Amino acid sequence: MITQVNTHSEYLDPILLHRRHNANDLLQVLREAQEHYGYIHSDAIDYLSEKLNLPRSKIEGVAGFYSFLYLQPRGEYRVLFSDNITDRMLGNMDLMASMCAQLWVESGKLSEDGLLSINTTSCTGMCDQGPAMLVNNIAINRLSNERVSAICELIRERVPVSAWPAEFFAIEDNVRRKDILLGSSFKSGSALAVLQQRGADEILNEVKVSKLRGRGGAGFSTGSKWDFCRVAPGEQHYVVCNADEGEPGTFKDRVLLNSYADMVFEGMTLCARVIGAKKGFLYLRGEYRYLLDHLQAVLQRRRQQALLGKNILGIADFDFDIEIHLGAGAYICGEESALIESLEGKRGTPRNRPPFPVTSGYLNQPTVVNNVETFAATSLIGLNGGSWYAGIGTETSSGSKILSVSGDCDRPGLYEYPFGVTVAQVLADCGARDTQAVQVSGPSGVCIAANEFTRRIAFEDIPTAGAFMVFDQNRDMFEVARNFVHFFAHESCGFCTPCRVGTSLLSNMMDKLAQGFGSPYDFAEIEKLNVLLQSTSHCGLGHSACNSVLDTIAKFRPAYEKRLAHKDFVPAFDLDSALSQARQMTGRDDKGAHLEREDESR
Amino acid sequence: MSPDNKSTFTLDGKTVSYTEGQTIIQAAMAAGEYIPHLCFNPEFKPHGSCKLCTVKANGRQTASCTQQPQPGMVVESDTKELNDERRALLQMLFVEGNHFCPSCEKSGNCQLQATAYQLNMMSPHFDQFFPDRPVDASHSEYLLDFNRCILCSLCVRASRDVDGKNVFALSGRGIKSHLIVNAKSGNLADTDFTGEDKAAHVCPVGVILKKRVGFVIPIGKRTFDEHPIGATPHPTVKGA
Repeated sequence: MITQVNTHSEYLDPILLHRRHNANDLLQVLREAQEHYGYIHSDAIDYLSEKLNLPRSKIEGVAGFYSFLYLQPRGEYRVLFSDNITDRMLGNMDLMASMCAQLWVESGKLSEDGLLSINTTSCTGMCDQGPAMLVNNIAINRLSNERVSAICELIRERVPVSAWPAEFFAIEDNVRRKDILLGSSFKSGSALAVLQQRGADEILNEVKVSKLRGRGGAGFSTGSKWDFCRVAPGEQHYVVCNADEGEPGTFKDRVLLNSYADMVFEGMTLCARVIGAKKGFLYLRGEYRYLLDHLQAVLQRRRQQALLGKNILGIADFDFDIEIHLGAGAYICGEESALIESLEGKRGTPRNRPPFPVTSGYLNQPTVVNNVETFAATSLIGLNGGSWYAGIGTETSSGSKILSVSGDCDRPGLYEYPFGVTVAQVLADCGARDTQAVQVSGPSGVCIAANEFTRRIAFEDIPTAGAFMVFDQNRDMFEVARNFVHFFAHESCGFCTPCRVGTSLLSNMMDKLAQGFGSPYDFAEIEKLNVLLQSTSHCGLGHSACNSVLDTIAKFRPAYEKRLAHKDFVPAFDLDSALSQARQMTGRDDKGAHLEREDESR
Repeated sequence: MSPDNKSTFTLDGKTVSYTEGQTIIQAAMAAGEYIPHLCFNPEFKPHGSCKLCTVKANGRQTASCTQQPQPGMVVESDTKELNDERRALLQMLFVEGNHFCPSCEKSGNCQLQATAYQLNMMSPHFDQFFPDRPVDASHSEYLLDFNRCILCSLCVRASRDVDGKNVFALSGRGIKSHLIVNAKSGNLADTDFTGEDKAAHVCPVGVILKKRVGFVIPIGKRTFDEHPIGATPHPTVKGA
């Protein structure tokens, strides 16, 4: 027993030392521990429990919450196919089936030799270059039959992932339209130089004058948020950058962090000076693990340039540094209070609010949580002034918005526009033809039909966190909604009854329709569920879980009606399909192995 | 606190006083009023997960166990709309687990069952999930029947905050959320759980059961058989 624990101490001790035995860093410790073993060994939990002075039940509770943490072996190669609707449209399911067949493994299960596992995961933020997968949490894009076969061969030959061809891991920015932000020639330190010259009060004032609103989707005034936090009493103040870009169809933060990281970090540093924070966090989604080394290097360079660390730009008492925390596969952690729980090494359950993070956030101290794009915008505002920024966009939506365009178009990628651009303009620019619908702001957003393409991207018309998924006339909008509903069921945190159970009920109802057992009764049930989830759910995930279904029922009803084979209620249970396991076991599929359905026998 | 410091709100038209820091359900219970609830227990800090105590406060729906009242707030609770929603939430809890009341030894002492009666729940309505949840009979004195767990986390809170033991925790996510115990083996027998723990006595359903006393009090003579829930604000559960 003791010797077993000692073998784990070899790799756990350096991790614990680096994390200063801080129990708040539990999620980071677990994630790093897993990188050594491929899963979190039961004996490792004993060791961590002792060293972090945490009960085993707490550690298992946290590990069990996150999709990318495993308490059971998942193989040397852990393959996860991104399963956003855009991946589906590019054929990810066939590729996964082919990979499973080539490697003789059943999806969701560990291969018999323990070598690998293959499963699906929520959107990995590569919709502009899918189908995408993660192998041992590292992103691989542009999957094709050839690439999948090559990967199968590498796995069979047990080539370590680090030795796989570099082109597999190449990720394009695909910036297609630049405006004030993506087009700026921002020099690191330039906004901080303005801060040095004019002081924090004036920077805060510029942010207020700019009328900048949060780019995560909710659109709260950034200046007000910083001000509320600044005046909130606390021992410490914190700056948190929300880079848990989990909304399916969104990938702008990936590009901002890859090619504009200085603007983001500089915005965080401005905020720190305004609110009086010494410490900041970048909460990076686990799917973007591949960006970690790059971002650490940028932070290190900024420290050397005196743009981070002690006495920034030589200003006495201006101390601020940024730590990167990685998520581990939990969409809900994009909700700011769940993100803070996760930063504190807990399960990502949204908190009861109020109090809001500005008064009681990380470690119950005043905390600003802003989106990646918001912080980048504040750097521009610091540099060019608030009234310059307020002059761009519309009256109530100032500045620009970066859209992540994917789906049925010739040129998927990032498009930055001043607020107020029409959906039609974006479609024309990205080379979309015969467009049937656009899902704006992801599954929790809104589905726009062709008669609405004159509507504008702006808080006062179509607010968005950035996703813009295009569907042409050949797409089945029912399947789009069904994909989204499964996403929410998978990502519900499980805290509150309506969302935990309701999202699963909704998935089952959509599957029932898909299997041809639907009736108008099921429509009414879906609408009732929506009302319940809207009014009783704990957070926005439950509130918006039915949106895509309701939108598509309202706007693309024929896609549903063709599935209503029955006028009256039909149970989802089907005697014949109940025999499918028996058929699989006996290898039979002849007529005698099937039961006739009543309506067929007539 | 002196009466001078008290403010009031109305609950279904009745005036209810509250003191600073009280939530709506706490003030209502202190005033002898009943709002249906499961994860709330007056001895513990409100949690807000079951959502059964959802009320309309100044027209906006909110969990009354976590929402603090404001002076003059108009709170609606016993309305058809809210009771319909509560019934749907109860039905969700019933289909999510495996609840077979007629054969359950907690029948009559179960808050889930009693609340279902109180809200006239006549059927589970939704399709049953029939999850596979093995029981844990490892402990000599107590049985854990996870089939009935509604994830209220009262045992988690009692063990952590009162007993200082962390015997229980929630793991998993979403519909796969589940109760675990603090043992490498996963068995209650290998934890430091005892019958003296607060956690042994807070389960509102039938997960944490003392062995060999299940039918000492016959069905029909149990707490909620004699005093339906809601008739008195919070009857003490009889028996073990």
